[in-house]
Amino acid sequence: MKRVAAVVAVLALIGVTTWLVWPSAPEARGQDQQITVVDGPADDQRVELDTTFFPPPGGGKAPAVLLAHGFGGSKQSMRDQAVRLAEQGYAVLTWSARGFGRSTGQIALNSPDYEVKDVKQLIDWLAKRPEVQLDASNDPRVGMAGGSYGGAIALMTAAHDQRVDAIVPQITWSDLADALFPNAAAPPTGGTQAAQPTSEAQPASSSPAADQPAGVASGVFKRMWAGIFFGQGVSLDTMSLLGGRESVGPLTAEQARCGRFMPAICDIYQQVAKDGRASPEAVELLRKSSPITVAGQIKAPTLLIQGQRDSLFPLGHADANAKAIAAAGTPVSLAWFDGGHDGGNGEADWLFDQSAAWFARHLKGEESAPAVSAFTVTRDGGRDPGTRQRIRLHPEADSYPGLAGSGTSTVELSGPEQNIVNPPGGAPASISTVPGIGGLLGGQNSPGVSIDMPGQSATFESRPLTTPLQLTGSPTVKVKVSGKGEATLFAKLYDVADDAQPPTLPAGLVAPVRVTIPEGSGSAEATISLPAVDHRFAAGHRLRLVVTTTDMGYATPVEPATYQVSLAANSLTVPTVGTLAAAPTGVAWWVWAMPLGAVVIAAILLATGRTTSRTRLRPAPVTSSDGPGVTKLTAEVNGTTAGGGSSAGAADDGLAVGTKSGDVNGVSAAGVADDGLAVGTDAGMPGRPTSASGDVNGRGADTGDASGGYTGAGDADVPLEISGLTKAYRNGELAVDGLSFRVERGQVLGLLGPNGAGKTTTMRMMMGLIHPDAGEIRIFGERVTPGAPVLSRLGSFVEGPGFLPHLSGRDNIQLYWAATGRPKADAHFDEALEIANLGKALDRAVRTYSQGMRQRLAIAQAMLGLPDLLVLDEPTNGLDPPQIREMREVLKRYARDGRTVIVSSHMLAEVEQACSHVVVMRRGRLVSTGPVSTLLGSAAVTNGHGPRLEDVFLDLIGDKT
Amino acid sequence: MTTATGYAPHRTLPLRVEIVRQFKRRRTLGMFALLLALPWILVIAFEVGPEPTTQAQSALRLSDLATESGLNFAAFALSVSASFLLVVAVALFCGDTVSSEANWSSLRYLLAAPVPRDRLLRQKLIVALGYSAAAVICLPLMALLAGTLAFGWDDIQVPGTGEVIPAFDMLPRFGIVIGYALVSQLVVAALAFLVSTMTDSPLGAVGGAVGLWIVCTILQAVEALGVLREFLPTFWNNAWTDALLPELDWSGMARGASVSITYAAILLAVAFRRFRRKDVVS
Repeated sequence: MKRVAAVVAVLALIGVTTWLVWPSAPEARGQDQQITVVDGPADDQRVELDTTFFPPPGGGKAPAVLLAHGFGGSKQSMRDQAVRLAEQGYAVLTWSARGFGRSTGQIALNSPDYEVKDVKQLIDWLAKRPEVQLDASNDPRVGMAGGSYGGAIALMTAAHDQRVDAIVPQITWSDLADALFPNAAAPPTGGTQAAQPTSEAQPASSSPAADQPAGVASGVFKRMWAGIFFGQGVSLDTMSLLGGRESVGPLTAEQARCGRFMPAICDIYQQVAKDGRASPEAVELLRKSSPITVAGQIKAPTLLIQGQRDSLFPLGHADANAKAIAAAGTPVSLAWFDGGHDGGNGEADWLFDQSAAWFARHLKGEESAPAVSAFTVTRDGGRDPGTRQRIRLHPEADSYPGLAGSGTSTVELSGPEQNIVNPPGGAPASISTVPGIGGLLGGQNSPGVSIDMPGQSATFESRPLTTPLQLTGSPTVKVKVSGKGEATLFAKLYDVADDAQPPTLPAGLVAPVRVTIPEGSGSAEATISLPAVDHRFAAGHRLRLVVTTTDMGYATPVEPATYQVSLAANSLTVPTVGTLAAAPTGVAWWVWAMPLGAVVIAAILLATGRTTSRTRLRPAPVTSSDGPGVTKLTAEVNGTTAGGGSSAGAADDGLAVGTKSGDVNGVSAAGVADDGLAVGTDAGMPGRPTSASGDVNGRGADTGDASGGYTGAGDADVPLEISGLTKAYRNGELAVDGLSFRVERGQVLGLLGPNGAGKTTTMRMMMGLIHPDAGEIRIFGERVTPGAPVLSRLGSFVEGPGFLPHLSGRDNIQLYWAATGRPKADAHFDEALEIANLGKALDRAVRTYSQGMRQRLAIAQAMLGLPDLLVLDEPTNGLDPPQIREMREVLKRYARDGRTVIVSSHMLAEVEQACSHVVVMRRGRLVSTGPVSTLLGSAAVTNGHGPRLEDVFLDLIGDKT
Repeated sequence: MTTATGYAPHRTLPLRVEIVRQFKRRRTLGMFALLLALPWILVIAFEVGPEPTTQAQSALRLSDLATESGLNFAAFALSVSASFLLVVAVALFCGDTVSSEANWSSLRYLLAAPVPRDRLLRQKLIVALGYSAAAVICLPLMALLAGTLAFGWDDIQVPGTGEVIPAFDMLPRFGIVIGYALVSQLVVAALAFLVSTMTDSPLGAVGGAVGLWIVCTILQAVEALGVLREFLPTFWNNAWTDALLPELDWSGMARGASVSITYAAILLAVAFRRFRRKDVVS
């Protein structure tokens, strides 16, 4: 036990030390730097950019990564990510874009004339750094990553500067005009930006406004998002909404009006926000800042990460970017993750891993880097059964099918034509998402709040689905709108579970549409592209299309109006991507490895524990010439035979003393002999391996290895032979110390000794209950080990009875015999029970027995099967005088049949009368052994009466008073 | 002749004998009486208690559905007892088996009979596991009977979504639930058995196993341990609820079984190894 504890402690110490000393990855340290850049259409504006450069902590030359912050952020927002990336072996540069943080200049919305020029000069700066790996002179190996505003600058820079080698734009726009003025309706003559094939990308030099799609001009103003986007007060970064923004002191009048926007942008925004319409100038300005116009020039491999919960830049923007970039032959991957501007950042680690994998492959050129699939979608994998945490699955596809999906299913919708009104002033408005804080209000995974005002919405519903439907992309539906003028409508697709639960609006997204009803026709049809989502409609659920006249996030007409909405076609086209399959997760490796390992460990534990250990305490060091670890018997037990056979060499007093040579007292063999204690030679025992017990040296080899040399060599006729038996208490004190004696057939041996002499310990060792530290016990020539078969010839009663208290005496006896597995006929129940003499009490529960009754029952149990050797410890305890007398007779009779009885007792008078021989022990050592008569004869006659065992005993144990 | 006539080590302590030795104990009978009575007590509690007024809960809990059908009731009974009552029952049967013999002093007479030590442990373990299994099985079966008599034989309603699964489709699943409950209790059994071989106080063995179980449950609440918690033996205790989902999910139960078997194998090996070399002094 102590050893185990010590091993555990040492292991723990080693573990902790290793953990403390283990070299941790070098920490990335940032170097703050002001970098002056010159930009503007005429390259005449000096701007001080506040930057932080994180050299690769490992030293050497490394690829560089530019990390761009989101709108309203600064280089500080990217610090953690930068450190993490730098620790992966990149040189990382973060900077506050012009107009943000401590950088000077004004916000120009990622304009090619301003921000893009700034970043180009940052790349120039990187090319001069000694830590940065170069592809060519003034061409560093560089990647860019960033979210939202920072994602757009990554796309814009990659388009305008071919030195950029890989980009990971996240939750960003393709067309800012379309983001702020979306129109999901495709009138017969036009198409939405998202649906328009952008592969026929126009040359960047052509004026973006020239081919302005009809969709944007008639788009519905996303006024709440636009307000947040342009307003100085609120940041897009929802985290900074909760605090942590740098306070910049009181605002000037101009700052209050325009914040840090360039005045031109500010003016146009204010005009647009007032009208709720995209003016051509506004569209031109926004298009200038839109990657879609230049995406065809991007040559850097691009990983587009777009949020599924993003009402500002929905998935359609990534779709448009991806198509435009892929059309130029540049590798593009898409990931739709669980989050976006409407909240959810639970996948930050996964996003980082994806970005890191992308850079590892395309910047470091590591072929071993984990592959990023062409299309990955984050899906809800339910809850982990154990942790109850949400788990996300990331099914992948080898190609990106677009928002129309790789296949479609059709769901029949039904519903009559319905009247809906646009309330005067556009209020109260339906709610789908509350921009900016929708994620905060609704929490990570709750469906959020979506409310349709009565009277403002037309509803069309499907039958309950018979099979689950996994929607991936943008479903389309054709509706007919009757009325007058221009109808502003919002289409949403609900998932309806049952009547008890409120319907859920996947991702909280709506599709705003503007339908112009031609004069005189009274109605118009429009194909609506519903919001692109990835959503699973469970079997039994219904799909519900709702068309409303208002939505809180958008500018709606203030004029009251009434429309009739009906389905132009009954079918809803649902795109699906069948190839999206979750990477087979399978069971974790440890699920099967751990039990196997445990079974192996268990087998080892059992196999190594099989050797019966006798090595716990080696015999005391032996000083004799026979070498260490040798237990020698200097004096063999005098086998004064039962039949009084000749004891040729017996000394006068007839005492045969066995002790151990080389013992701690250093009593030499010769010394023992000299002491006059007789060393008997048992000539009457044929088959003894050695008879010359006095021959110390001669016996050395024979008894030297008690465990080995003697095995199987014992005498099958000797009921009990103990040699060199030693057992130490836990504290090291010896309970039995070098005990040797021998008992012959037919003897009734009394084992005497004061308390603590080691009698009971010796008896326990006879029963194989405790392991001797040295020496051995042989019963009928067989060495006693735990459970040795020879123990079946031993009947024992040691240290009190042991019965199952809830069973009757008879049951106890019978079940005990059954437990030995021996035939019932061999038990001799009747004889044993006669000794117990319990009468009717035999069928009562043992717990009702008196001490004496249990005692008798236990002796009866010991005698079951009439064992050849009977060991009884204090058998007369608790018996009354007649019973004691009877017991004495029983024992004598028992031995007369050639069996052997060993009795330990304090009642010396009893021993004197019952036993033929005695062994006297004191403090674990043998003091005397021999026939009772001899022992008595040796004692001096005192006090006038004959010798009493008591006197002899007290004399022997040196306690005579 | 080195052995008594008719003695053979492999015939010692037959299972039948050990079963009889343990069966008549008040402890055994009392525990089974409690386990068999508990479903009826629950039935009475549901019958006496006032009807819940509102059913429009978004997430239906197992207890809300207990009175829907016999199967629902049995699942509920299992869920309320698996976390503690069954643990105590298993710890009792496995923790008591060797230590009580040591306590009665009958252990040394069995060993001197002689029943070889490995065989003694093996036979006692088999019987203790048998009693434990009987305890784990009898509770849900009695609950099924009581629930069916009290609430009728209806299809089972799944907690959470409230979906309905036909009763006969659910019966095999119910078998899985009981099977998993058995496997997950294996670690309690092994732990109690190990402690049982180390002490001669039966209460100490049972209490030690239950105590360690409680410590694990408390540790499990420490979120900071993160993924390490998955390797606590108590962590997957309720993974059997996955078997009641409309779509059977094995992953949690597989991990729970893995953890349970791992601990059980090592604990049992340690128990055998220790007992083999132990000095029996009681």
